Amino acid sequence: MSDKLPQPAGLPIFLLDGHEIPFQPGQTVMQAALEAGFYIPHLCFHEEFKPHGSCKVCTVKVNGRTVASCTTAAAADLDVESETSELRDLRKTLVQFLFTEGNHFCPSCEQSGNCKLQAVAYELDVLSAHFNPIFPDRPLDASHPDVLLDFNRCILCELCIRASSEVDGKDVFALAGRGITKHLIVNAESGRLADTKLAVNDKAMSVCPVGVIQRKRRGFAVPIGQRTYDQKPISEVTISRLQGHPIGHAEDQEGDGR
Amino acid sequence: MTAVAKKKLRVATVSLAGCFGCHMSILDIDERLIELLEHIEFDRSPLTDIKTCGPCDIGIVEGGLCNAENVHVLREFRQNCRILVAMGACAVGGGLPAQRNHLDIRDCLQTVYLTGMGVQRGFIPNDPELPLPLDKVHPLHDVVKIDYFLPGCPPSADAIWKFLTDLLAGRTPSLGHGLLHYD
Amino acid sequence: MPEVFSAILVQHEHNPTRLVQILRDVMAAVGELTPKNITAIALGLGLPRARVEGVACFYSFFETEPRGRYRVLFSDSATDRMAGSVQLRQRLLDAFDLKLGEVSRDNLVSIGTTSCTGLCDQGPALLVNGRAIARLTPARIGALSSLIRGGSPVEDWPENLFAIDVHIRRADLLLATPYLPGDLLQAALARGPQGCIDAVRQANLRGRGGAGFTTGQKWQACRDAPGEAHYVVCNADEGEPGTFKDRVLLSDYADQVFEGMTVAGYAIGARQGYLYLRGEYAFLQDHLQAMLQRRRRDHLLGSGILGVDGWDFDIQIHWGAGAYICGEESALIESMEGKRGIPRNRPPYPVTCGYLNQPTVVNNVETLVAAGFIVGQGPEWFGSRGTPRSAGTRLHSVAGDVERPGVYEYPWGVTVRQVLEDAGARLERTQAVQVGGPSGTLLGPSEFGRRIAFEDVPSAGAFMVFDDSRDMVEVIDNFAHFFAHESCGFCTPCRVGTTLIAQMTHHLVQGKGTRRDLKDLSKVALVMKAASHCGLGNTAGNPILQGLQKFRPAFDGKLASTEVLPSFDLDEALAAAREATGREDEDAHFFGEYCAEAANPASALAAHTSRAAPTALSARKSEVP
Repeated sequence: MSDKLPQPAGLPIFLLDGHEIPFQPGQTVMQAALEAGFYIPHLCFHEEFKPHGSCKVCTVKVNGRTVASCTTAAAADLDVESETSELRDLRKTLVQFLFTEGNHFCPSCEQSGNCKLQAVAYELDVLSAHFNPIFPDRPLDASHPDVLLDFNRCILCELCIRASSEVDGKDVFALAGRGITKHLIVNAESGRLADTKLAVNDKAMSVCPVGVIQRKRRGFAVPIGQRTYDQKPISEVTISRLQGHPIGHAEDQEGDGR
Repeated sequence: MTAVAKKKLRVATVSLAGCFGCHMSILDIDERLIELLEHIEFDRSPLTDIKTCGPCDIGIVEGGLCNAENVHVLREFRQNCRILVAMGACAVGGGLPAQRNHLDIRDCLQTVYLTGMGVQRGFIPNDPELPLPLDKVHPLHDVVKIDYFLPGCPPSADAIWKFLTDLLAGRTPSLGHGLLHYD
Repeated sequence: MPEVFSAILVQHEHNPTRLVQILRDVMAAVGELTPKNITAIALGLGLPRARVEGVACFYSFFETEPRGRYRVLFSDSATDRMAGSVQLRQRLLDAFDLKLGEVSRDNLVSIGTTSCTGLCDQGPALLVNGRAIARLTPARIGALSSLIRGGSPVEDWPENLFAIDVHIRRADLLLATPYLPGDLLQAALARGPQGCIDAVRQANLRGRGGAGFTTGQKWQACRDAPGEAHYVVCNADEGEPGTFKDRVLLSDYADQVFEGMTVAGYAIGARQGYLYLRGEYAFLQDHLQAMLQRRRRDHLLGSGILGVDGWDFDIQIHWGAGAYICGEESALIESMEGKRGIPRNRPPYPVTCGYLNQPTVVNNVETLVAAGFIVGQGPEWFGSRGTPRSAGTRLHSVAGDVERPGVYEYPWGVTVRQVLEDAGARLERTQAVQVGGPSGTLLGPSEFGRRIAFEDVPSAGAFMVFDDSRDMVEVIDNFAHFFAHESCGFCTPCRVGTTLIAQMTHHLVQGKGTRRDLKDLSKVALVMKAASHCGLGNTAGNPILQGLQKFRPAFDGKLASTEVLPSFDLDEALAAAREATGREDEDAHFFGEYCAEAANPASALAAHTSRAAPTALSARKSEVP
């Protein structure tokens, strides 16, 4: 990662809702937009990991085609639409899908106020799940001495899987099942987190956008009103958090781009 | 204001499988309640102690559906209210009562009334006066059409005030950042 | 580790990319993938255990829960149902006093359903321990239950029970051209690799799997891509309900398929080819292996093909295990690498970065047969049939309400009506044709004059016919449940959308659907179409959108009288509490009463609006449920 970024003036640009967005070769539409200070709602995208595009909340229209902005390579002269009522409606429905398929009991959740799903839902003015809830049965795993897993909240973004595999080198998490029965599992014959190598300092502990992976004895530490998204909406929080951080430049990328 | 007598909007409220926290939040509107009462009057509500719902303009329902009586009352509201509002996390999504949904209600009743710690000579209450619990707790929109959702646990007094004043002024109720909360 | 596992792992050289094949062999050997089995396999391959479990839980034919010693799976395609599969299934369930999905108490038998098994021209069909039985009748079900009770291994059951018919009703370029094994290889040698690609390109051959990509372009891109190795993959994961023409090609034209693969390998510079074969077609195994052996013996495969030094190419069969999504080429490659069948992000495309990250051509069975013949007979021969934009012929799997179901090879451009007439459909009573399977195009009678071609009605090869005795909402509900079952679950729109759609169509079939359901059906289908990760999600809403557009009265006829109904059965929801309390009084039940609801609450409010709230009636709903 270079300390000095090249001047935007020298970079190719694409258009995002009419704004000129400069980008580095290798960046996706999402990465370039965020770096330029433009928020596109997202859940499974994390600036430190290779995008994989499963939540589809970041869907935009590129030259008239709907695509996930997190996996679409930025290219000169793309015409990207993001903040249109059509795309807001689509994103809103996707977020309602996530609330419909899981059990999201915000009032009793330790993650409330710091939860990206909740904050994105606020951003998109989601007032209800709209559809009839599925109420899946997803038992908790409290076996680990320091960590609680509440699968009810899982939105299957795979960030913990990616972090545990790529950063921690432990492969603690994986996905099983398919379709609506797809679910997160841990790497143990017993199926219990206590029988895995997860430790509280693992990267996998800190990437969950919702409240699945909880450090025990730490819940509700921050009073209501002072939590991450209490004061400012997620669009502002995200942009100010990422300000000055280059995201997804070619030299940061590893692997074969798949 | 002109002297022409206004017809006040008639409003009914009820708490089903809720904790009355949303109603407490209505009371938290404080002195603005007086202003509100210039525009509305209450029908069935814990505030009036009227027991059945008559024809109303707006019905505000707190709590989800956990038993047969909840369903009957909700249908009474739907039949009588032109606009039906689901108020609070339980009405909107089932809320905390729905956290029992992964349990078998038979096991719940047996544990509580027969086999639980400290239970002696227990029996499962079977008085027809008691409403039977549903096997799962449901949000209101699983059973009737809901016109507006007002989330929060509870929605703050300011959120309720904003919602009602928007509605009364003919605006689409819009909470915006800070007032829109799920907790 | 049990000895049988060691042998299987050795046979697969402890290669983690062989995981799906290993799990299939373990299933065959011990019948179930228990937690201990999964741990043993993971240890043997040096894979994280959770990853093995994830793969084991992905494919339908891998059982991680105990099942009966006889596992019966009824094919649940729309045409199976039309031929009476539901009644036959019930007969077998009754014979063992079982419910669908249950295991009998003596662990003898379990009975469930599976997606279309590709035997639609001879349905209803089922699989018992992976072996297909077609043309089910009450008598055959009776025989089946006796055999199960008898307890002898399925391998020892009478062979005639497992006979699969081949119905070729119309033959054209591909099915009627005389051919001797090796002909096409000689022709390829004469043309040279680039010459083969040029011929296929000149013929304007487009992929027969559905997407219709130009085959010559695909081959060229693959040939030009740098890599340590190049691969040819024949996609025989024929999972689109109603499609069975690849089964017929593999049973009666296997030489042409393998020869097409060998030509493709020659053209792109590959030394290894794979036939990715759906697990449902296990009955083809011995036949195909024997054919491969014979071709190796005859120097049509292996090293030194046609005696040409350095022309090495061999073919391995890679078995699928019950996952429609693996028909998508990048999911298929993931599966070949021993992973869950999740479509990859593209670019890069398989032609530059496919199997084991090497340049890979994935072609449909029929595409490879056509390509082989083009190399042999020339592009002009191919261009003698079809339309300017859709060259050559196309195989159609015709099934449903027709006299003569089977495979029909027509030039592209044939009208739907022509196919109906030839197959013996009663035209005046035919209400719909589903072209290309559930993800394709639903046509009503006013469209029977349309032509099957890329420029009009494209087709992936299925042709399902429905007469006016069929309930189109039930048909669409069957399609909806298929997609919900087959969604890989990677992306939100398809994972949740397919399930919500199946719930709503189920409501409709039960007569409990509402106008709100119809609105939500379109909404969900459109979101899936726009935002899904791959073709499955993009097309899974097609039956809904086209059904609502073309068969709206069938949907309207299903609607309940009220605007919104409970999404669940209220009285049923009290059953558990009734049981616990022993109550049966009036208040312990809900009776079929519905609440009359104001149709339009906002406008109804108008009459009562005070001056203080003059426009309350016009308040737009913030959230229309």
